[in-house]
Amino acid sequence: MKSGVLNLVLKRLGIAVITLLIVMFAVFFATSMLPGDTASILLGQAATPEAVAGLREAMHLNDPAILRFLLWLVGLLHGDLGTSYANEMPVATLIGGRLVNTMKLAGITTLLSVPLALTLGITAAMLRGSVYDRTVTILSIGVISVPEFMVATLAVLLFAVYLKWLPALSSVNEAHSLTDLVRIYAMPVITLTFVISAQMIRMTRAAVIETLSTPYVEMALLKGASRSRMVLRHALPNALGPIVNAVALSLSYLVGGVIIVETIFNYPGIAKLMVDAVATRDLPLIQSCAMIFCLGYLFLITAADIVAILSNPRLR
Amino acid sequence: MTIARATTSRRSFLGHSYSLVGVVAALVILAWTLVAILAPYVIPHSIGDIVDDDYFGPMRQGLWLGSDYLGRDMLSRVLMGARYTVGISLAAVSIACFSGVVLGMIAAVTGGWLDTCLSRFLDAMNSIPSKLFGLVVVAAVGSSIPVLILTLAVIYIPGAYRFARALAVNINTMDFITVARVRGESTVYLIGSEILPNIIRPVLADFGLRFVFIVLLLSGLSFLGLGLQPPLADWGALVRENIGGLPFAAPAVIVPSLAIASLTISVNLLIDNLPQKIRDRDA
Repeated sequence: MKSGVLNLVLKRLGIAVITLLIVMFAVFFATSMLPGDTASILLGQAATPEAVAGLREAMHLNDPAILRFLLWLVGLLHGDLGTSYANEMPVATLIGGRLVNTMKLAGITTLLSVPLALTLGITAAMLRGSVYDRTVTILSIGVISVPEFMVATLAVLLFAVYLKWLPALSSVNEAHSLTDLVRIYAMPVITLTFVISAQMIRMTRAAVIETLSTPYVEMALLKGASRSRMVLRHALPNALGPIVNAVALSLSYLVGGVIIVETIFNYPGIAKLMVDAVATRDLPLIQSCAMIFCLGYLFLITAADIVAILSNPRLR
Repeated sequence: MTIARATTSRRSFLGHSYSLVGVVAALVILAWTLVAILAPYVIPHSIGDIVDDDYFGPMRQGLWLGSDYLGRDMLSRVLMGARYTVGISLAAVSIACFSGVVLGMIAAVTGGWLDTCLSRFLDAMNSIPSKLFGLVVVAAVGSSIPVLILTLAVIYIPGAYRFARALAVNINTMDFITVARVRGESTVYLIGSEILPNIIRPVLADFGLRFVFIVLLLSGLSFLGLGLQPPLADWGALVRENIGGLPFAAPAVIVPSLAIASLTISVNLLIDNLPQKIRDRDA
């Protein structure tokens, strides 16, 4: 039966690769649909027709789209992300430091939100129907039902305006001490943690409740196991797969959340870079940022699916 | 009186019983729908008129929700914003659900390579994060109401397709479908008269959830300045343009946020409180 699991995982990875190709294709063509000739936009109004033609030749703009797509793919594989239109710097240089900033933000958020959400989700499931459970459920539905920017706005109102604990904007360059660092990351991380945790709490709670309603848990109850032993020893090990699946899926919401959070708090990460690139229509930069986000997203949802396959005892 | 009674017992209507929360949520949704339809006739000031000497003015008589960053009447702008937020989202969700459900039913009934190709392709579409998709499209073709509606619709077609296909595949194995096939009925008849009536209720609940996603995404895009362009403003754009009032907790930035929250939370609560018979997947 071992090979069955292996086959399923390989199949899922194959689907991920095909999906990646389709996604790359979509990103490339969406960005090349841009109206107007890139060469004449770059050279400005004073450009001679010869200069425009020369640049078009140099940028392979006369080649068919499919060839340009392949050239772009080959470039990507060699780590060549192209040159930014707006300031003529290599895209890789522009992205480098920004990517590290975004990863830091995402990493800190993950470290905070996973333990928090799992604790709340599992305890809410254990105390199903209690006031505590209902409070947690209502709060998480509330956070899920409002846009991310509103969570951010409320966090600013509460912590920066009324309590005056934290500054409303972050600026990574001014970090000199640990307290500075905490103050800078606090607002973006709090906002993201709310958004991610709400999803995770709901999914974790659902996964544990489903396990608690299985016959073997009922059996444990009947033989007189205590409530905590029933949950921790009997239910949790079996709910682990669905929970890890929920964690990976919820983390994929980071991709959307980070776009809003970096913009609202003026955080110098890759999402802010991309939103600015959209404003200046800087294509190579948009393409590369979009690819990074799609890769991260695809990685997380594929991981979630694979965990779900591996944790299904019927396939083992 | 009706509401007072509803707290003690679930009220019965059209053969279903509804909980109080569901009724309140439905009323909020109804109110916003009416506002969206009637906004141009009830706004006290034109949305472009500067009526206050001060910017980010507080709530007071005449300017019930204060003034925005240019001293314009916030009440009028929020009422007109409902028109854009609700209108665009409703148009987008209708297109998304119609296309998704029709494609899903066709895939389930036809099966074979059509089903495989369609499912693979739409799954791939589903693995592009929605905000990112919106960003790239807006970067490519610019932002206008038709572009926004189409983009939002395209983003949510895969989800609607997946949901409808899963339901239709179950119905497709029923005997009455086999009988209809043997009778020699066409695909159009099969999906229209045999499958659709059996999946319509969960599909409608899904329609509501997808409406919430679209409202949130539209607000998010507008908040980033990539949705509706000035002078038009939906609720997300209203929050964006008045974000400068945040340090003073101006009503101009709080009210549009509350408007979005009231609409999306109401739709979620309404669906959560629908009678089991309507909500259930396998109804």
